[in-house]
Amino acid sequence: MTQISYVALSYWDLALAATLILINGGLSIAFRLGIERTLFIAAARMAIQLMAIGFVLKFIFAQTSPWWTAALALVMILVAGYESRARQETPFKGWIAYGLGTATLLFVGTIATIFGVGVLIGPDPWYAPRYIIPVLGMMLGNTLTGISLGLDSLTTAARRERPAIEARIALGATRFVALSQIIRRALRTGMMPIVNAMAASGIVALPGMMTGQILSGVDPVEATKYQLMIMFLIAGGTALGVFLAVLGGARYLSDERHRLRLDRLDLGQGD
Amino acid sequence: MTGGSGLLKLEEVKVYGLEPVSFQVSAGECLAVQGPSGAGKTVLLRAIADLDPVEGRIALDDTDRLAVSGPAWRARVRYAAAEPGWWDETPRPHFRDPDSIAEIVRALGLGEGILGQPLARISTGERQRLALARALEDSPDVLLLDEPTGALDAKATARAEKLLKTQLKTGRIILLVSHDPEQIARMANRKMTIRGGKVRVART
Repeated sequence: MTQISYVALSYWDLALAATLILINGGLSIAFRLGIERTLFIAAARMAIQLMAIGFVLKFIFAQTSPWWTAALALVMILVAGYESRARQETPFKGWIAYGLGTATLLFVGTIATIFGVGVLIGPDPWYAPRYIIPVLGMMLGNTLTGISLGLDSLTTAARRERPAIEARIALGATRFVALSQIIRRALRTGMMPIVNAMAASGIVALPGMMTGQILSGVDPVEATKYQLMIMFLIAGGTALGVFLAVLGGARYLSDERHRLRLDRLDLGQGD
Repeated sequence: MTGGSGLLKLEEVKVYGLEPVSFQVSAGECLAVQGPSGAGKTVLLRAIADLDPVEGRIALDDTDRLAVSGPAWRARVRYAAAEPGWWDETPRPHFRDPDSIAEIVRALGLGEGILGQPLARISTGERQRLALARALEDSPDVLLLDEPTGALDAKATARAEKLLKTQLKTGRIILLVSHDPEQIARMANRKMTIRGGKVRVART
């Protein structure tokens, strides 16, 4: 067991750090960027949201109850599912816009978190929220980015390349043959951020979790091992999530008669 | 392939913006479809090819559209759009068996090397003829042609019409959207006029 030692921050330290935001505000005013108001609101929102989640986590960690852990995990998944629709330029119409992202995140988040925490880390008890919640959070954040990019690529390409897709369908192709090119492109787009993140980590930037562990006194090699495990989990989870969401999206973008169904897209957004 | 014994039958087909449509076309017959732009000619052809969901019965011979899979229906009932879509860099990958359409490509006045040329360097008229050749591959029973000669000059149009007449002789059914009354007179046995949501079928 690694000895944990860290220097606690006081609220005065935080207030001092917050004054740095004034630099941004000053720049905005000096160069008339007009973002000072948005900037201060964003900074205030961040402070309130993070402090609130800090207290929520403190409460839930103190309970160590599987039910409280599950409840918080569910809220995180639902919010991520909602966000997956908001990040798409051309989302699907109706409940599927939320349902597809949420179902994928629920499936991938559950599997990856149980594998990562239950099998690999193996805390006692296995549902200990201080392991489950951060791992799930990192999984959801990255998988959400992947599936949003993947689905956005799929639906945008389907609109743009409709004549080519329908030409194949008209010649007797099945829907997955007709959509194969845009499916492949969507899968690549969805997986690219995690591939890039893996390639860049350690050289361009130290990943956030590893930095956090080092700051709290964990041996850097131990912190690296944790970070590697998380990156592998995220990579696998993102790939699975992107695959499920894009194939599910392609299925919903066409019907059982193998027709392209652009009428199932909400074209009211982004145009 | 039925090649001669076909009968395309529509019963109370409800296409968006049109009154319910019922008509039939026999093997070897060419039905011209005319009407102003936006009247619903394309949506009708798309409905027959089962590219959009519509109510009503569409059958070829005794085979109901819904009794076979979408791809199986479209292998027999083929729609060629006014602006053909392409999904690869050259024409060749757009054909299942490029050798099988060599004769058709020649009949349309296209050079043999055209299949390997980049589509970006092929003219609109040539692309339209390639799209027609693509629609004829595997000998579908019904051809739903949406302005197939819209971008062609007189000589190329004559070649395309000659090829289509040969297709009619072998028993194909053709629905031909055209804005050219002379072409309709040359090609069609009957004509359908779509205007203001109303559909009328008459002899030429």
